[in-house]
Amino acid sequence: MSIRSAILLQIQQVAQEQNNKLSPLTDEMPLLESGLDSLAIAILVARLEETLGFDPFTLSDDVYYPVTLGDFIKFYEDAAKSRKVAS
Amino acid sequence: MLPSRAKSLRDRLSSASNCQGRYLWGAGASVCLADILTGTSLSCSLSRLSGRSVLVATRDQIAAALALIELDGTARRVTICPSDLPYEHFPSVIASAEVDAIISDSDEIKRHSDVELYVRSSVELARTEQLSTGTRPTEWVILTSGTTGTPKLLTHSLSGLTAAIKTQENSAADFDTVWGTFYDIRRYGGLQVFLRAILGNGSLVLSSAEEPLGDFLVRLSAHRATHVSGTPSHWRRALMSPLAHEIAPRYVRLSGEIADQAILDNLKNFYPHARIVHAYASTEAGVAFEVTDGLEGFPASFVRSGGPVELKVEDGSLRIRSAGIAGGYLGRGSPPLADVDGFVDTGDVVQLRDVRYHFLGRRSGVINVGGLKVHPEEVEAAINRHPKVRSSLVRARKNPITGSIVSADVVIEGEFNADGIDQIAMLRREIIQICQERLAKYKVPATVRFVSSLEVSATGKLSRHNA
Repeated sequence: MSIRSAILLQIQQVAQEQNNKLSPLTDEMPLLESGLDSLAIAILVARLEETLGFDPFTLSDDVYYPVTLGDFIKFYEDAAKSRKVAS
Repeated sequence: MLPSRAKSLRDRLSSASNCQGRYLWGAGASVCLADILTGTSLSCSLSRLSGRSVLVATRDQIAAALALIELDGTARRVTICPSDLPYEHFPSVIASAEVDAIISDSDEIKRHSDVELYVRSSVELARTEQLSTGTRPTEWVILTSGTTGTPKLLTHSLSGLTAAIKTQENSAADFDTVWGTFYDIRRYGGLQVFLRAILGNGSLVLSSAEEPLGDFLVRLSAHRATHVSGTPSHWRRALMSPLAHEIAPRYVRLSGEIADQAILDNLKNFYPHARIVHAYASTEAGVAFEVTDGLEGFPASFVRSGGPVELKVEDGSLRIRSAGIAGGYLGRGSPPLADVDGFVDTGDVVQLRDVRYHFLGRRSGVINVGGLKVHPEEVEAAINRHPKVRSSLVRARKNPITGSIVSADVVIEGEFNADGIDQIAMLRREIIQICQERLAKYKVPATVRFVSSLEVSATGKLSRHNA
């Protein structure tokens, strides 16, 4: 499964569990307007660490807080790439 | 040592020269501070509350703020009730604080409590001639969450609550100060901001639990907020908003959680003209120190005796003695707050690396989820209700969004079958569901891991390590 689809699947699951109503997801959409609150995003990051095996927020020295869903996915994809280079 | 008799809040406001231009701006109502000096938010005359132990249980933050200003100096005791306190806890709070009057903006409270006097409050101020400038040293009571979910009540004096606020330094430059806070003023962190705004020369913009973050940022911008305060988690959430650029604070304050380097650096980049300050404060220990060098942790030189705030590290945890610490707990059978020397053990485990102390987590295992405390025992009790669960251990897991998040290790009765994957997923869902039915959202484990055994210490208790 690609990182993008792993993230999208996990977003659906967390939203369902939290009873958050999701808006149709697009890359341009601010993450906090997708229907996920910050607790749901925190859970999402923890679950993704379990399924993907890494958390880009702790990997990078240059942490930033992604605003849109597209930023968020790219943050994970970039971290995955640099992990491959490093290993 | 007798507490120095502080002037009441309303007295202090009346001696300020510029109340006409100062406001409390809420998500709904707003109030000019000058109107507080000539009006009342209460449905009865203030004299009826004189000497009473009053519970302030309003839904609206502005209504709570007005009640606090009116009651200080008049009531014997004011207990500040957070708006999200479940009704089931009211009887114990009322008993512990010996409450004999309740101020609320809703009649609902009457069905869940039984006190002598109910007073309705409104954010619409009514003009009154009968203004009290009481001189009674009102005892303030702030709630904090206890191990079993029952709130603990901590007493403070106004002089203790304001010990860390340097109003003497106010100069003309402070006259345009507009505070804004993501906190609720009914918790210690928010109350500090409220008092800073009232005792300084500023105004204050308050958020509301129902208000979308973006709307609050827009209001902060509209009122030109200069000093904005919140937990690291509030700030992470703010920086994830496309509207974070709307505000241009010159002072950014973080407290209530460990501020990590990532959030400090991000704030510095985002608001290059702002002073970024992280403060160490708790309901028990008061405001202990502020760190202004932009680095996580705090300088080892802060740990010293003498001076208004004394710090020491004993058995690995930070201990504080100052005028700002709480007076003690209310209620029968409450343990003493401070040790015989007057130091409060914060329970925060710190480690010295070179010339700086770093926070490692809580000794008791208490998990701080975005500034909200979670006692692992309460979550474990919920998980253990599942018939397939033999035992569980709940701990903090580091999280870049909320600082920490709740994570559970679970030992099940028997074993999973060979085709266990579906079984595991189902059991995990069931455990989370049980927790959701019984616990506030932030207390529900984000991750559930199944393990074969849990570590038990020599005393037979679960070993709680810090994350």
